[in-house]
Amino acid sequence: MTIHADPASLQEALDKGPDIVERKLGNGMTVIVIPDHRAPVVTHMVWYRNGSADDPPGKSGIAHFLEHLMFKGTAKHPKGAFSEAVAEIGGQENAFTGNDYTAYYQRVAKEHLGLMMSYEADRMTGLILTDEIVAPERDVVLEERRMHSDADPSAQLSEAMQATVFTHHPYGVPVIGWGHEIEGLGREDALAYYSRFYTPENAILIVAGDVEPDEALRLAEAHYGPLRPHGEPPVRHRPREPRPVAKRTVTVTDEKVEQPAWQRVYLTPSHATGAPGEAEALEVLAHLLGGGPTSFLYRALVVDTHRAVAAGAYYAGSALDDTRFYLYGMPSPGVSLGELDSAFDAALDGFVKQGVAADELERCKTRLIAEAVYAQDSQAMLARWYGASLATGLTIADVQAWPSRIEAVTAHDVIDAARKWLDNRRAVTGYLMRSESEAA
Amino acid sequence: MNERFAPPATAHAVNVQKIESPRGVPAWLVEDYAVPLVSLEFAFRGGASQDPVGRYGAATIFSGLLDEGAGDLDSQAFHRALDEKAIELSFHADQDKLSGRMRTLQRNLDRAGALLSLVLNAPRFDEEPFERVREQMKAHLRHEMNDPGTVAWRGFKTRVFAGHPYQHPTDGSAETLDALQRPDMAALKQKWLARDALHIGVVGAIDAERAGRLLDEVFAALPAKADLAEVGPAPFLGLGGEQTIDLDVPQTTIRFGRPAPGRHDPDYIPAFVLAHILGGGTGLSSRLFREVREKRGLAYTAYAGLSTQEHASSLQGGTTTKNERARESLEVIRGEILDMANNAVSEDELDKGKRYLIGSYPLRFDTSTKIAGQLVQMQLDGYGTEWLVERNERIRAATLADAKRAAERLFGDGALSVVMVGRPVG
Repeated sequence: MTIHADPASLQEALDKGPDIVERKLGNGMTVIVIPDHRAPVVTHMVWYRNGSADDPPGKSGIAHFLEHLMFKGTAKHPKGAFSEAVAEIGGQENAFTGNDYTAYYQRVAKEHLGLMMSYEADRMTGLILTDEIVAPERDVVLEERRMHSDADPSAQLSEAMQATVFTHHPYGVPVIGWGHEIEGLGREDALAYYSRFYTPENAILIVAGDVEPDEALRLAEAHYGPLRPHGEPPVRHRPREPRPVAKRTVTVTDEKVEQPAWQRVYLTPSHATGAPGEAEALEVLAHLLGGGPTSFLYRALVVDTHRAVAAGAYYAGSALDDTRFYLYGMPSPGVSLGELDSAFDAALDGFVKQGVAADELERCKTRLIAEAVYAQDSQAMLARWYGASLATGLTIADVQAWPSRIEAVTAHDVIDAARKWLDNRRAVTGYLMRSESEAA
Repeated sequence: MNERFAPPATAHAVNVQKIESPRGVPAWLVEDYAVPLVSLEFAFRGGASQDPVGRYGAATIFSGLLDEGAGDLDSQAFHRALDEKAIELSFHADQDKLSGRMRTLQRNLDRAGALLSLVLNAPRFDEEPFERVREQMKAHLRHEMNDPGTVAWRGFKTRVFAGHPYQHPTDGSAETLDALQRPDMAALKQKWLARDALHIGVVGAIDAERAGRLLDEVFAALPAKADLAEVGPAPFLGLGGEQTIDLDVPQTTIRFGRPAPGRHDPDYIPAFVLAHILGGGTGLSSRLFREVREKRGLAYTAYAGLSTQEHASSLQGGTTTKNERARESLEVIRGEILDMANNAVSEDELDKGKRYLIGSYPLRFDTSTKIAGQLVQMQLDGYGTEWLVERNERIRAATLADAKRAAERLFGDGALSVVMVGRPVG
């Protein structure tokens, strides 16, 4: 039985995808409309091109803290009014902060799109903060940090690894901020950050769902159009990471760790910083090495030799600056982390020496490109994908050409990328264990 | 304000056909050609509550092995076959069911149907994947062993469902997983994967005729009758008591609950609305969120909702607060529940809660995967297709008197069964 992989048929499916419209309002705000008429709902998102990596020195966590405070009301819509309005119409809402962006969204029945815009536009400039509001919310954020980081040794390892692989660039600081700096964040910090970044020139509006593009643009013009521009978009001052030269290892030991774990993170280019084709080669490399049960590392370490119970790879390609390529594994009982570390290195050597077979490469591309087709089934996912791409320096055309760029990756490109970027001098290896004795 | 928030049109685009294949396999179908995909979701009643005594985790390992080789294809060959056509196949067990999900491009439907048919009719359960998946489950158990959330849920289930199959975690323990043998898998397949336990939803670029052929190919040859153990109604134990599980972490994770009216109880709908008002929605407007988080900054999350299972129905909720203020968080939660027990809710609260639940219903139907999942869940819950309209009508019809009556039953004297994990002070 011969079954050929067929990226071409995927391309055909993609070509039938939604006709996306992009405009810029007079005040510099970007508007993207993604029509999807299958259900009478819309996803309304506003993305700001600032994230935790734009936190001023000593004020780590301010981007995320402000995201929380954005729900605290304006002169026009006092505290809770926006959220109540969303709840009353059966809408969903939330917000999130990343390294490079902060985004707010609502998912509502289509007839409420204009209403959502009126509230969201209002809080772009009208936020009112008092110390009485700021103080308990800071406690909430500290609880959030305790819950997600301080109580979890895996999260502590992850923070330590990021802080080590980035010696200079702010991606090394956790999005939520360091606890001791969150404690010092106040109203003035939040307002200073707000007035610097929350401007129409810095914002991207994404509307996905059951709306005609003309209607969405008309509503956008009516609600966001009157916002006064600041003259020019805020500049992100990001120090560049120097060329790494030192192989590093970090270890977190905690009595609560019953299952040791191993991770490695390499400093690599992103879609925004890489030379043409470089990020795509890294995506294919990550999938071939560690994207599921047929991947090279999973077969080598889990299926064939039982050195590990889990092994995989992941490339965080969506980033404004140089980014991270991850490997991870969990050792089988009786295998030390040091042994697993050597097994990973040996497997990587084997991968590079062996090269990539044509049918494997085709299967990998089919899988990757299919993700773009499957994403068409979800307006919320498409909205997030476009928002994150635009906020990290890409264009609509870049996103749409992604499948053909993946299709163009050769076996040679993949091996080159592995040789060039998966270099231990660019990497931090992390051990999570109960006590130091498990390293040997 | 109310004028502007007139309830949205509830007649949504979901047009369900009840179909039956030529060989008699029934399913619910929604045709939608906007994206060239087909989603198939199915569930066999049973799940982890059917795990053999002492071999808990059986349903979970069983579902984990279904994509690990079938027919002539061993594990690697099977996964490669899926990759070649980018066919997505996944299986999952919970306490009441074993479910499966397939997603494919329309043009690869033939291949996808053939592979899924192999899975359900000729799974291999080979030695290598059996041992590997068992080791992975054991590693996962070790990984979660001191995770506060996991410890709390496990502790809570053990406490309130003691003596019932629901007390056992669906992923078992190292000991119960070790008690499983590879031949158990084939035996369980014979007992569990049968047509009278099966519910199916199909969504996407597919018509009734093609769907009928797909259903026949995949499901028609399964045994007619499942061999399931009788499972009785679960108790709800430990009301009025607290249990603390010591863990060296800076926060205390709290889980609480009370029994609740079941899905087909006349008070279910008002109870569902009340639970939403207490701690549901996207959070930002619920009572617990307001009192615990917004006003006092005690926690990042505070929530509650109805958990309606096949053999139990309960109100469950939780929060996570630093150890020094955990007691305060719990008291705030108790206070809200007592208040709702004594005073139910205001007309305005009830109205807002109903509006949210009615208006948000369409958001459950905006992807083919979600629609297929809803179609199966409605069948499992014992509803007909008319529930798609009736559900919102029933919510809209709930009155303040209904809410008061349901509040007395749902919140009673306010007693809770509580599990705390961490080092709560005081």
